[in-house]
Amino acid sequence: MTAIVTAPQPPSDVNKRSLPGSILVHALLIGGSLLMLYPLLWMVSASVRPENEIFTSTSIFPSSIDFSSYLRGWVGLDVSFGRFFWNSLVISVLTVVGNVIACSLAAFAFARLRFAGRNFWFAIMLGTLMIPYHVTLIPQYVLFLNLGWVNTILPLVVPKFLASDAFFIFLMVQFFRGIPRELDEAAMMDGCSAWRIYWKIMLPLSLPVLATAAIFSFIWTWDDFFGPLIYLNDMNTYTIQLGLRTFVDSTSASDWGGLFAMSTLSLVPVFFFFLFFQRLLIEGIATTGMKR
Amino acid sequence: MNNAMRTMPAEAATVERYRGAVADSRFRRLWNANAPGYLFLLPWLLGFFGLTFGPALMSLYLSFTDFDMLRSPGWVGAANYVRIATADPKFASAMSVTLTYVMLAVPFKLAFALMVALALNRGIKGLPIYRAIFYLPSLLGASVAIAVLWRQLFAGDGLVNAALAQFGIQGPSWISHPNYSIYTLVALSVWQFGSPMIIFLAGLRQIPQDMYEAASLDGASKFRQFYKITLPLLTPVIFFNAVVQTIDAFKAFTPAFIISGGTGGPINSTLFYTLYLYQEAFGNFRMGYASALAWILVIIIAIFTAFSFLSSRYWVHYDD
Repeated sequence: MTAIVTAPQPPSDVNKRSLPGSILVHALLIGGSLLMLYPLLWMVSASVRPENEIFTSTSIFPSSIDFSSYLRGWVGLDVSFGRFFWNSLVISVLTVVGNVIACSLAAFAFARLRFAGRNFWFAIMLGTLMIPYHVTLIPQYVLFLNLGWVNTILPLVVPKFLASDAFFIFLMVQFFRGIPRELDEAAMMDGCSAWRIYWKIMLPLSLPVLATAAIFSFIWTWDDFFGPLIYLNDMNTYTIQLGLRTFVDSTSASDWGGLFAMSTLSLVPVFFFFLFFQRLLIEGIATTGMKR
Repeated sequence: MNNAMRTMPAEAATVERYRGAVADSRFRRLWNANAPGYLFLLPWLLGFFGLTFGPALMSLYLSFTDFDMLRSPGWVGAANYVRIATADPKFASAMSVTLTYVMLAVPFKLAFALMVALALNRGIKGLPIYRAIFYLPSLLGASVAIAVLWRQLFAGDGLVNAALAQFGIQGPSWISHPNYSIYTLVALSVWQFGSPMIIFLAGLRQIPQDMYEAASLDGASKFRQFYKITLPLLTPVIFFNAVVQTIDAFKAFTPAFIISGGTGGPINSTLFYTLYLYQEAFGNFRMGYASALAWILVIIIAIFTAFSFLSSRYWVHYDD
């Protein structure tokens, strides 16, 4: 999890290829790209195809465009997909808020404040990154069940306000350490409190890392299947991922058009982040080695 | 004497007050020095004790019980662990499925990631576009939609077989055949090679270009440069990617759950370890047994990680 990358160097010129060589490389890369994207494009095209054409064609170009799958899929279950999207949105947004607040508070303490036991707690925090969540899963479930939180969003959201995604603490500590110490030391001399340094100096200077944490929080929560599967049993509380799973399992699963339409829709928010915040995402991965 | 006797209590009181003041100011100093840190850390500390440390201890205790959510847990000693080790064929098959998955998915994924990163790291035109396209599946891959898509792709009448049919090949129903189903999941994982690829790209940029210049002046071939410069200098990144991806592969859940409809079938051929754990805990409510399974998973991941770190001494090149 350490930062394995420092300042990037420009790509080399020494490896410049001959023209035929570079055409070959581009041909291979374009072929590879098409192969990578083909399943995705096929799914999108299946969602706008006339129903009878879905399985008969390997082409990604539909003969005619027909959005009726979206209308059928939207109401394909007892609860409409609008509800699932709304539930997912609420959980994801609250998770983003919780992660950004709680993780930045802890990261500020680790990166900037001096207190007895700081290194000890920092080591413990890094240690928690290594523990698979399966170990705490069952007691947490029992705890939330006893609190009466099952079938509410609380078990999925409240832990985030307690900085349970320690990975983001680590990410922010790395960033905070790069902000010149002179800034907060000067503020401290002027009698600025730790809170004001955090709020007025640290956070405004840390927008890139806060945005990275927010985007990854959103995407991971949006895609999360295991948490909702365990804590949400009432269809009215389902997230989009649970809704899709129910669609697959339901006897009406012969409606592949509707299923692909809803699958495509479920990817739209993540695709949006990919389109507009690609640089932040790629930098986040390159500098911290995130797995997705 | 008389004087002394009268002043004694007063002096003692002063001393007491003084001591009190010292203790008070010491406390105040300690408080002033440490309170802000601990206040900022408070949410995390609450989370750590309430959601991580406490539950971990509890789960260790539960793993020695027969807890089933209905009755209070009864101590059964090491019986759960003994059963896992000796008398649970489902554990054995979950373990073998998971190890097969890890051993296939991780090397192939990393090999693809490295190959594409090398191809892209040549000052190639359009790098950002290629990088984005290859990264996209990694970003989307964790969602249920992609697992649903995969299930269709490799179904008997799915897209893969439709493509094969054009070459006159009659493919099997990949996902419902116990010999092939695990490979569809491996393929799904390999398809998501984008994020290790980005890490490789970043690592390749770290290699000083003058090394290649010096090597090519000395007449070293491209192949030799790769083996003598690129590969050794990239070993820390390869090691990092391997450890992260291995741990991640051990924890895989969603694709197997969706593709097998939650059963791990056909014939347990996609019964990932985490899926078995889920079934025991939330299907059969054998919470004690599932806790033991969770701790076995931790031990296995720890052994793998420790082994990687030990072996890294012999093949990872750290440049000091």
